[in-house]
Amino acid sequence: MSNKLNYSMSLAKPDAQDLSKKQKLAVGLGVVGLFILVLALFNLDLPNKGMFLSASLLLITVGTIIFANDAYLTKLKGIKNDGVWFKSISSRGTLGWITGIVLTSFYVVLYFYEGLLGAGANGAENTGLIALFDPLSKLLSGRPASQWFVYGTLYTIAILAFGYKFILKYRHNRYEQIRTISVMFFQLAFAFLIPEFMYVMNSDLPYYDLKNVWPLNYYNFEQYRINSFINAGTIGMAMLIFGIVSIFVITPILTFKFGKRWYCSWVCGCGGLAETAGDSFRQLSDKSQSAWKIERWVIHSVLVFVVLMTTAVIYTYLGYDPDKYWLTRDVFLFSVAGFLTLIFALTMIFKRHELGKDAKYGAIGYFVVIIALIGIHVFSSETKLFLFKAETLRSTYGFLIGAIFSGVIGTGFYPIFGNRVWCRFGCPMAAILGFQQRMFSKFRITTNGGQCISCGNCSTYCEMGIDVRAYAQKGENIVRSSCVGCGICSAVCPRGVLKLENDSMKGRINPTEVLLGNDVDLMDLVNQK
Amino acid sequence: MEHIVIIGNGISGVTLARHIRKLSDKRITIVSAETDYFFSRTALMYVYMGHMKFEHTQPYENWFWQKNRIELLRGYVHEIDTDNKVIKINERDALAYDKLVIATGSKPNKFGWPGQDLEGVQGLYSKQDLDALEKNAPNNDICKRAVIVGGGLIGIELAEMLNSRNIPVTFLVRESSFWNGVLPKGESAMINRHIENHHIDLRLSTNLKAINADENGKVKSVIIEETGEELACDLVGLTAGVTPNIDFLKSSKIETGRGVKVNRYLETNIPDVYAIGDCAEQHEAIGNRRPIEAVWYTGRMMGETLAQTLCGNRIQYKPGHWFNSAKFLDIEYQTYGWVFGERGRPDYEKHFHWKHEDDTKCITVAYHKDTNEFLGINTFGIRMRHEIFDTWLTEKRDVDYVMNHLSKANFDPEFYSHYEADILSAYNNQLQTA
Repeated sequence: MSNKLNYSMSLAKPDAQDLSKKQKLAVGLGVVGLFILVLALFNLDLPNKGMFLSASLLLITVGTIIFANDAYLTKLKGIKNDGVWFKSISSRGTLGWITGIVLTSFYVVLYFYEGLLGAGANGAENTGLIALFDPLSKLLSGRPASQWFVYGTLYTIAILAFGYKFILKYRHNRYEQIRTISVMFFQLAFAFLIPEFMYVMNSDLPYYDLKNVWPLNYYNFEQYRINSFINAGTIGMAMLIFGIVSIFVITPILTFKFGKRWYCSWVCGCGGLAETAGDSFRQLSDKSQSAWKIERWVIHSVLVFVVLMTTAVIYTYLGYDPDKYWLTRDVFLFSVAGFLTLIFALTMIFKRHELGKDAKYGAIGYFVVIIALIGIHVFSSETKLFLFKAETLRSTYGFLIGAIFSGVIGTGFYPIFGNRVWCRFGCPMAAILGFQQRMFSKFRITTNGGQCISCGNCSTYCEMGIDVRAYAQKGENIVRSSCVGCGICSAVCPRGVLKLENDSMKGRINPTEVLLGNDVDLMDLVNQK
Repeated sequence: MEHIVIIGNGISGVTLARHIRKLSDKRITIVSAETDYFFSRTALMYVYMGHMKFEHTQPYENWFWQKNRIELLRGYVHEIDTDNKVIKINERDALAYDKLVIATGSKPNKFGWPGQDLEGVQGLYSKQDLDALEKNAPNNDICKRAVIVGGGLIGIELAEMLNSRNIPVTFLVRESSFWNGVLPKGESAMINRHIENHHIDLRLSTNLKAINADENGKVKSVIIEETGEELACDLVGLTAGVTPNIDFLKSSKIETGRGVKVNRYLETNIPDVYAIGDCAEQHEAIGNRRPIEAVWYTGRMMGETLAQTLCGNRIQYKPGHWFNSAKFLDIEYQTYGWVFGERGRPDYEKHFHWKHEDDTKCITVAYHKDTNEFLGINTFGIRMRHEIFDTWLTEKRDVDYVMNHLSKANFDPEFYSHYEADILSAYNNQLQTA
């Protein structure tokens, strides 16, 4: 249809001409920083690891900062999407594919071949890349680094450096700035520093990123963790209780008041990386209706999977005897079933009219879970659960969802499918928050009367693949379970049509065509069904 | 089954087709010479700027049309035979209709400038114009300078587009200040400064005299009327407004003026032939509106209205309170109700103007000098709620009420600074001194 050159696939000149001298210098610095990491990876025994590590991380950060300064501070405030679809990196061009493949390979190595990164097996000294990070790890917690420490450090650097870039890019937009400062803070403090310090305080505590809520940290209630929580005394118990309160109290209240954005685009680490380092890829998400259908099946299947898996895992380490401990296998199983039934019943009673056809799918999901729970109850023996071991279920989930989906596909494929693949298709936490956001929350994106010109900027830049325009051009508010409230649709709208708001529940969803500026009588006719 | 043929797949024609489908089972055919599928014309600029791909400007996925049984036909209608109710497409195919709707939009104005048809001279309206621009001005190697003629909404969009590819732009504006036929003085002056801050060479009170060609018949330079100065350039953008795209009707019996003449029911002089959108011209203007309204929103409303008429409920085109919006480079503009510039302002209309010190935000509130009735508002750099102003206009609120409740109308994103207190104190001060 378009006879325009496809700039992005050009191998000979993947848009280097768009970079200023300063930007080229900045890219150079960053590449030198990365190159030090590569040298370490190939086991080059660098002297004075602390110095080289500092140099590497500093070069990467400074490179990003210089690049961002030159890209944004040299221009007036405003939307900075010029050439997004001409740049190789951001339009699935050669650079995009190369980046995708490198990232994906990194995740495969990280999850399955940590030896390649230099992890010392069975207490042996670290070598290679992981050894390079030993000085920092020892400084923070006194122990040698692991592949997860390396990953956590790089992850945090990425959020901080690209967060800075994002703040400059949206320096006319306070919502974007404050939100980004928030994700930078939560990553640095909660995900990176506090767990290290907690280890120093009490080495019995399991690694716990306090902002990670089940089912995102699907492993939180496994036996080894519960044991170490309990063994760690008061602080351990406090953390365990906090984990449970997060799910049943904190999360529902905040989601009711602010929508799921309080978590997904203000607190969460996955969201944090997506919003900062992944910002250049948000336009690559698939907006088609078929993608939406796939999304709903996949994400809710993951949710069913994680509920069953966690229930099964907890079930197997609980006892039978109520005299020993009140929480027995049966009490637990019936509580889970009871809780799910309560939610299902409340939804069906109060919200059925809003659900339409989706009520059927909700019912299917509910009955799958209940039947599976009955199955657990009836068919399990001491070690075996249903037909397989709970451990098998857990490790399958850990492999498929925890590693492959959230890591390899979720982040590795940023430059191909966009920056929220995991959040959109896979995250069970997002599914729960989204369900509440759709059913019971004050949050919505308000459209501004008849001002929409159907240009499509909102839909194009929606990282969750929501066809925002489809609602805006009808004058309909956007209340979608997948919306993470990043606010970019509102920012890129050239006509001031979209506003993220928390307001009363009444009239939040308005599926009528309210296009103002029109003949009032006509609108009555248009809305007749 | 009744066959409704719509010529033109822009916002008016497509809105009409969608609403007919909601109301009836009639056979619907949309004919377009421009593109296979409906796209948002207002978004073409973002394709050139690399914000979107052309596909992103299409509001409906390609399966939508078949699913809703809206037939799409690609071709140019060159003749309409209203006696036999047939249109001729591509000089060979005949298509019979029961009801015919003309929704062919506009084309760029040309005022007989010497050289206006040279290669490298173009308007910016259609998909074909976008393709031409990609050819004429792909980068600043091939297009070393562009000259834009005409200081309106399309002119400033074209300037922004070329600017995004670092192509130097000279912007010739006939008026003494940008778009001051529509905008009041303070706003227009603020936009002048904003244009210059973007390093666009803005030439006010400047007319085009002629366009010169090189030996290959391609544009080489323009001559400026006032000074006789010759400006070398590789692209001339003609953006001095648009005019209805109705040349193909000249041989038909359909009455035309500047546009297709219609009554309040959007009916032409020929039974079963209608016209909507940019190309329709009302016999008499409605309220303060112009007889031809080349605006996205009015096209949409006419489509919604005519769908009722064609499905058996004959109603008039009765637009509500006027509103519009645009974006001048980085500054968003919205308007609700009527705020006139210097030209054509009624005697009774008085203005209150406030401008923020950063020179990117301002508002102008128009009110009746005798009754104090609120007449309209222009807002720059501050988003306002359509619904609130629509209500206030209907309720005929006075200007004091509006100024004291302005915060209710704020539609800026969360955490943005608010200026209502500042605006109100400026308003109160002005009253005391006045």
